[in-house]
Amino acid sequence: MPKVTYRQHDGSEETVDVRAGTSLMLGALTSGVEGIEAECGGSCMCATCHVYVDEAWLDKLPKVQVLEDEMLDDTASERKPNSRLSCQIEMSDALDGIVVELPETQI
Amino acid sequence: MTTSETAGLVVIGGSHAGHQVAIAARAAGFEGPVTVLSDERELPYQRPPLSKAYLMGKQPREALLFRPAAFYEEQGIDLRLGVGATAIDRAAHTVACDNGTILSYKKLVIATGTRVRPLNVPGSDLGGVHYIRTLADIDAIMAELDRVKSVVVIGGGFIGLEGAAALKTMGRDVAVVELADRLMARGVGATVSEYYATHHRAQGVDVRLSTGVESLAGEDGHVTGVVLSGGETLPADLVIVGIGVLPNQEIAAEAGIDCANGIIVDELTQTSDPDVLAVGDCAQFEGRFFDGPLRLESVQNATDQARTAGAAVAGEKKPYDSAPWFWSDQFDLKLQMTGITAGYDTEVIRGDVAAGEFSVFYFKGDKWLGTDTVNQPANHIASRRLLDAGYALSKAEAGDEGLALKELVKAARKGG
Repeated sequence: MPKVTYRQHDGSEETVDVRAGTSLMLGALTSGVEGIEAECGGSCMCATCHVYVDEAWLDKLPKVQVLEDEMLDDTASERKPNSRLSCQIEMSDALDGIVVELPETQI
Repeated sequence: MTTSETAGLVVIGGSHAGHQVAIAARAAGFEGPVTVLSDERELPYQRPPLSKAYLMGKQPREALLFRPAAFYEEQGIDLRLGVGATAIDRAAHTVACDNGTILSYKKLVIATGTRVRPLNVPGSDLGGVHYIRTLADIDAIMAELDRVKSVVVIGGGFIGLEGAAALKTMGRDVAVVELADRLMARGVGATVSEYYATHHRAQGVDVRLSTGVESLAGEDGHVTGVVLSGGETLPADLVIVGIGVLPNQEIAAEAGIDCANGIIVDELTQTSDPDVLAVGDCAQFEGRFFDGPLRLESVQNATDQARTAGAAVAGEKKPYDSAPWFWSDQFDLKLQMTGITAGYDTEVIRGDVAAGEFSVFYFKGDKWLGTDTVNQPANHIASRRLLDAGYALSKAEAGDEGLALKELVKAARKGG
């Protein structure tokens, strides 16, 4: 199964298996990785599953859609060029090994 | 049987609000014991996907769970599944459970939510008649779907229409029967209602407005049709009833806690008893976003009130004061709502209604109440932020297509 590394704001890391087709948001929640709230459950309504994607992986991701782009303007932690909502990133074999960093706060 | 453990936080209810109270209390530094009672047997799960992705088989069961079981263990949250609360003894600071256990509490949070309003016409108890509230409800619907050709949805609110859209997408014949003269009348304005009726019809849903249900017809104990107020019978192998919900407030009322349409709470989610709080769909409160007391049935309200309650349990005052927001996904349409817009007298529209990309700003006199957007997320987010900031949007601003609301948000934030 492809792997995702979630890096906490304090630098600690957890690498977990995330099934292809599952979002990085769900991958974190179902593995017990902290730092993601996802209060709307993946409907792209709340901007509380914000992650900073490691630059090396940025180009491999599907483009930011309008709704995600608007929500990203509303994150609790600063939006950066590598900001994404993890509910909108679907895991695939091509993303095996991806590293994402969690922001200081989601709310 | 009385437990002898130290009294801490007890939460009645393990859905959106209930489980979040426990997490928020821990996040705010509460170190005492935390017990969450849930009368459902599932780990706390997301309800919104039930009428959408889960029903369509697009979201697996495990992807509904908020957190894995291990998370609650790590957090020191004692999750008791399949256990309901039956009575509160405020003097003794105890809760009686339906398994015979009696739990002591220092602080009690009631997050009992709502239950479906039952359909009360002849034939309501026939097989094939379902509601959409719990995971078990949807599992029961899905178990029958292979044999279903025709569906009648009774109630044209959010839940009913989401279910109708999902089942139509899955190739079933679907009719929606609504008593009011427009869809989602409680939640959105007339233009949005009309657009959704048109869109559902264009997708092949038979939408009947201003139509009541006389009875359900059946054969061998299973529903075969829905008899309408005009006498016509719509064929149905499956009926979904979505005619609203009722707050589960009895346990509070019986304990002498003040209730009206819901358990009455203040901005810190405290009830008339200082050691008892209530959050989510079962709680009624007042606020600056609407006149008079209100009970909100939404994820946003459940989550935000739960955070306030969790903080309060840990001794932190974090008043609940966020603009209400809601969403509904039907077919390819994203409906996003913010504010409480019932009672509006004027709609100001931006965008192209016919094209399915528009925003409706609602006013009562000159006061802006809130905004509904269809496939225009930018206006939704900006409206939410403007409401939060207390910005008095004018009709001229609302109607000015050239004015990006985002700019107003920046200005409002600087000013504030």
